[in-house]
Amino acid sequence: MSDNAFVRLINVTKRFGDVTAVNNLNLEIAKGECFSMLGPSGCGKTTTLRMVAGFEDLSDGEVWVGDQLFSSPRKHHYTPPENRNFGMVFQAFAVWPHMDVYNNVAFPLQLRKLPKSEIESRVKEALTATNLWQDKDISPADLSGGGKQRVALARALAINPDVMLLDEPLSSLDPHLREEMRFEIKDLQNKYGFSVIYVTHDQSEAMALSDRILVMKLGVVQQIDKPLDVYNNPKNKFVFSFIGVSSFTDVEWREGKAYVTGSDKPLPASMIIPDSMKEEKVFNLASRPTEIKFTDAMGSEAVEGLVLRKAFLGEIIDYLVRIGNQDVRVQIGRRDKGPESGEKCYVKFQRPFWYKKEE
Amino acid sequence: MEKLITISGVHKAYETHQVLEGLDMDVYKGECFTLLGPSGCGKTVLIRLIAGHEVPDKGKITIGDTTVVDTETGEYIPPERRALGVVFQDYAVWPHMTVFENIAYPLKMEKRPKEEIDKLVMDMIDVVGMHGLEKRLPSELSGGQQQRVALARALVADPAVMLLDEPLSNLDANLREEMRFEIKDLQKKYGITVMYVTHDQEVALAISDRIAIMDANGKIRQMGTPYEIFEKPADLFVFKFMGVANFINVREENGQYFIGNGQQLVPGGKPDGQAAKWVLGFRPSDVAVARTGEGLKGKVMKATYLGSTMDYTIAIDGEHFRTAIETHEALVNDLMFKAGDDCVINFKAIHWFDAEQLKEVEDL
Amino acid sequence: MSKGIKKESSFGIAHVILFLSIAVLCIFVAWPVLLILFNAFFVEGSFNYRDFYAVLTEPETFQALLNSLFIAGMTTIGSTIVGTFFAWLVTRTDLPYKKFMKGLFLVPFMLPSFIGALAWKMLLSPNSGYINTFLMNLFGLQEPVFNIYTYMGISAVEVMYLFPFVFIQVCGALERMDPTLEESARISGAGLFTITRKITIPLVLPSIMSGALLIMLYSMAHFGTVAVLGIENGIYNIPTLIYEKIHQSGGSFESIRTGTVLSTVLVVTAAAIIWAQQKILSRGHYQIIGGKSFRPMELKLRGLRYPLLLACLAYIGFTIVLPTVVIFMVGGVSTYGLPLTWENMSLDNYKYILFEYEVTKDAIINSVSLGLVAALITMFAGVMISYVIVKMKVKGKGILEFLGMLPFSVPGSVIALGVILAWSGQFGINLYNTVWIILVAYIARYMAFSLKANSAALEQVHDSLMEASRSCGASMWQSLKDIVIPLVRPGMISAFFLIFLPALRELTVSIMLYAPTTRTIGVAIYTLNEDGETVMSTALAGIALILIVVGQTLINHFTKKAGE
Repeated sequence: MSDNAFVRLINVTKRFGDVTAVNNLNLEIAKGECFSMLGPSGCGKTTTLRMVAGFEDLSDGEVWVGDQLFSSPRKHHYTPPENRNFGMVFQAFAVWPHMDVYNNVAFPLQLRKLPKSEIESRVKEALTATNLWQDKDISPADLSGGGKQRVALARALAINPDVMLLDEPLSSLDPHLREEMRFEIKDLQNKYGFSVIYVTHDQSEAMALSDRILVMKLGVVQQIDKPLDVYNNPKNKFVFSFIGVSSFTDVEWREGKAYVTGSDKPLPASMIIPDSMKEEKVFNLASRPTEIKFTDAMGSEAVEGLVLRKAFLGEIIDYLVRIGNQDVRVQIGRRDKGPESGEKCYVKFQRPFWYKKEE
Repeated sequence: MEKLITISGVHKAYETHQVLEGLDMDVYKGECFTLLGPSGCGKTVLIRLIAGHEVPDKGKITIGDTTVVDTETGEYIPPERRALGVVFQDYAVWPHMTVFENIAYPLKMEKRPKEEIDKLVMDMIDVVGMHGLEKRLPSELSGGQQQRVALARALVADPAVMLLDEPLSNLDANLREEMRFEIKDLQKKYGITVMYVTHDQEVALAISDRIAIMDANGKIRQMGTPYEIFEKPADLFVFKFMGVANFINVREENGQYFIGNGQQLVPGGKPDGQAAKWVLGFRPSDVAVARTGEGLKGKVMKATYLGSTMDYTIAIDGEHFRTAIETHEALVNDLMFKAGDDCVINFKAIHWFDAEQLKEVEDL
Repeated sequence: MSKGIKKESSFGIAHVILFLSIAVLCIFVAWPVLLILFNAFFVEGSFNYRDFYAVLTEPETFQALLNSLFIAGMTTIGSTIVGTFFAWLVTRTDLPYKKFMKGLFLVPFMLPSFIGALAWKMLLSPNSGYINTFLMNLFGLQEPVFNIYTYMGISAVEVMYLFPFVFIQVCGALERMDPTLEESARISGAGLFTITRKITIPLVLPSIMSGALLIMLYSMAHFGTVAVLGIENGIYNIPTLIYEKIHQSGGSFESIRTGTVLSTVLVVTAAAIIWAQQKILSRGHYQIIGGKSFRPMELKLRGLRYPLLLACLAYIGFTIVLPTVVIFMVGGVSTYGLPLTWENMSLDNYKYILFEYEVTKDAIINSVSLGLVAALITMFAGVMISYVIVKMKVKGKGILEFLGMLPFSVPGSVIALGVILAWSGQFGINLYNTVWIILVAYIARYMAFSLKANSAALEQVHDSLMEASRSCGASMWQSLKDIVIPLVRPGMISAFFLIFLPALRELTVSIMLYAPTTRTIGVAIYTLNEDGETVMSTALAGIALILIVVGQTLINHFTKKAGE
């Protein structure tokens, strides 16, 4: 274990019947770190969070926080959620409609049998930090979605948790509110210094908030890295496709040269194909629509194609370009020059990635 | 171009709420016409008036050379005799009928011979890519598939006009993107006139030949091609509605215009017309950011990495605005700013707006 | 298609339907109720509230009023505790066989409470009850251990058969409740007991209250149990007193007047209860339905798992199985009082009442045909009225919405009295002493069920489904036929059974309206028992139970099919 590891998951496995939801997960999260778990629904990210919280039993492995063991089926040890001192925020807000905002936040403190004056000051601080002090006497049911989620945040903050668990806290909110709350969560974390474990399926949310990101698929870790590294060096096809819009183009070897399938012109020599693809019959050229540019002529770096569709979308112009028998998405800025629908065109892949077709 | 739908002087109120007030509008034959506006602006009401599910309080609507409703003469043709294709927001496919039965229904109402119905329906099922699913019930279909059934049902009887009421808003983002191109392809293929209602500006830009922008009071603010609407907005409302918009305050001193409370001049001259106070409007993509060089001096207040783009909040003399740089560009051109960095700004385009208009778009 | 039609023409049909709907509700429900109010307050054509007060404060009537309130109160409290506890047990603990147990707790719904009361009378009557005599013999006691002819006894029997009202409501609320509401309390540091007390119970309180009020309403106006167990000891509640007065005096003016006064009290109380329930449901009903769904946390019962399961099974055995067995066994012996041994059993009684005894044969035929006809008429009327209320936009709908609420708040005995006032010849038509008067009363009584089932079904049929068919070229009638009717058919079928089954076992209304040849099953069971024909009465009760179970099985079958 590294020196600053705070939350530790060791060989954590969860099985539901025959299905393995989380497979042998090892993870160390530092104190004060914001750590995101990213993946499509059913990938095991929420199950992992619920195991950390104590709502799900582990099938195998151990969960530690600091020097305290929380779950270990082998050692028959299990600390129930109410004794773990975590803050947690849920997707559906989970604020109690029968208590006013003040009492929602005070409830966890009352359970801890704190003196009245301390409860008051802590609730005030948490509600002030979340801009809710003026709403303390109303029922959270009368607040908007954003307001409810602030109550949930304040409630989680009030206990001064070491770790804050956030389970898709923004996905029930409107897009513009989502962006605003994202900054608020980040500011609160900077101010109070707790560790965050953040579960989401929205890559831009994870990118914006996190110190590190874990990308997960079918219970198996695909990559754990800093946001920019996940973007710059996606470890595999799945990670590439999950971070942003992507096109995968079939490429095949013919007499030692790489051709887009159905095309009679080889890819330019400037596109260097890694050796790991040498043995593949057909493999994929992976690209993002914004990282392909149109050029005026074939030149030595471009690939020839045909514009199937051009759509003006305001800020961007969206193209579907046919190369050989493959379709590639290209997006250029509204001020950039591009060909018209039905025209022959030349495209340059600025940042190609290469993956095996079956991955 | 030949007019197909003519709406003249249409009024409609619900209790005391005046939704449409003297609306005039034409839709031309063969075009894809989109009515774009915020929710609750009366655009769905207009579709329902054209389809015949509502009757206007005053006014006249003609389709082709038939007057379908005219409050002066008391003429009213019920929906079933207007020969329109209608696609509803919630699909409205009948849960007790199979895909085939749903699509065949309009033809059965026309009492077409059975062989003809079979052929037309099966062709249409192929067109919308539902081959092999004709015996399924709607409950066994995904949202996107149900929407395809609704489209096929609206198209099968070869209507002159197809009315679509937010048909994509219940679909997820990926499917929405795919379906909007499919609708456009179908429209081109059948040369049908489409009237499309939505609050989603991206869908409107992608599929329309012409767009009309309606405000919350049912007034048309601008009508034009997608390019005209986006690049030459008639007013601040249209500008704001069509995408992410920045507004910064300017200050006038002796006929010169300065940004915020500072001493930097607004590049690109003066506004036309009269206003007590002006704001500059521009889009994130109208901003060119550099580390050094000629231009307005600014400071990066916040830098957020969002995957394929870097999102910056920048301040010039107390005025904040947002811009985005594609991550790859930023990496290659040394434009990965941190909060607190100095930067230089140039505008590729700016619009002058009367500051009064800002109030109206606060909730947008 | 160029020929236009005036828009007014299509609105004529709507007004015809609206008018018909209002007429049905007025004739069957509003008018009888108005007649009761009129007769309660007007004496010889002039308003007279002193008389109303005088009747109400007569010792006998006042006592009946108190009894109704007291029994209803005890029953409500008891049922709420029992129903909530069982609901919590099957949704929030790891009780074994929870799904099966949940089904089991709904069985008491099938047992008509007056048949249950009959059984308990045979088990626990102070002198001859089987359990009492058994215990007295066993321990050599002089005094009986239990006396069922008491307030406690009556309430206890009512609780046994009414608690599912609360059970269903609370189960539903607990199952729909977002589990993260409880999980967030847990992560806040609350243990399961604290969560139940501070979070779970307060959140489902509106559902508990709404179920409790339903029971209150039912018990206040309930005839059977009090009639079977109370009269022996002179315990009357409002419905039994109305019956007794009118029955004894042969329908004298005096007795009818007392009846109208008591009925007025019932109607007002019922209206207040309905109002309170609406208030609770609309205001206090929290949005607690959640997004992501996980299994809610389960309290680990550990050592208590099997003892609690046994307790539940014992409860069902004691309240359902034991009375049912007694009914069938007593129905099998030749004379009441013979020991219930295998040698004394035969099917002779059942044969006799099914094929030979005129009274019971008539009763079965009457009940089945009344049930069928009432269910059919009410089903169709209900579809029509619900369609106007839910789907149509016509002026004057407000009146109908108000009238549509009425059937929910008028208790059975009030309907019976109102029907007597309306259809006994004062207004030209005399149906008294015929089956028709019972039919009219059944329609009024069960209209609420039909309205509920049909409007629920119609609300599922979104307006755009019909608009889509209009735009496809179908006229309004064609759309009704092709789209609306097929889609509400499951609602209509369930309305039919919701009426037919309770009508088979109806007692409260029919007991006020029967003539010697127009007895229903319920009336026959009750009167045979009164006349000392205990064995025949229980045998008929056994037959009724079989009919009900078969009918219920059919419902489950149909509704499951419709749901697929």
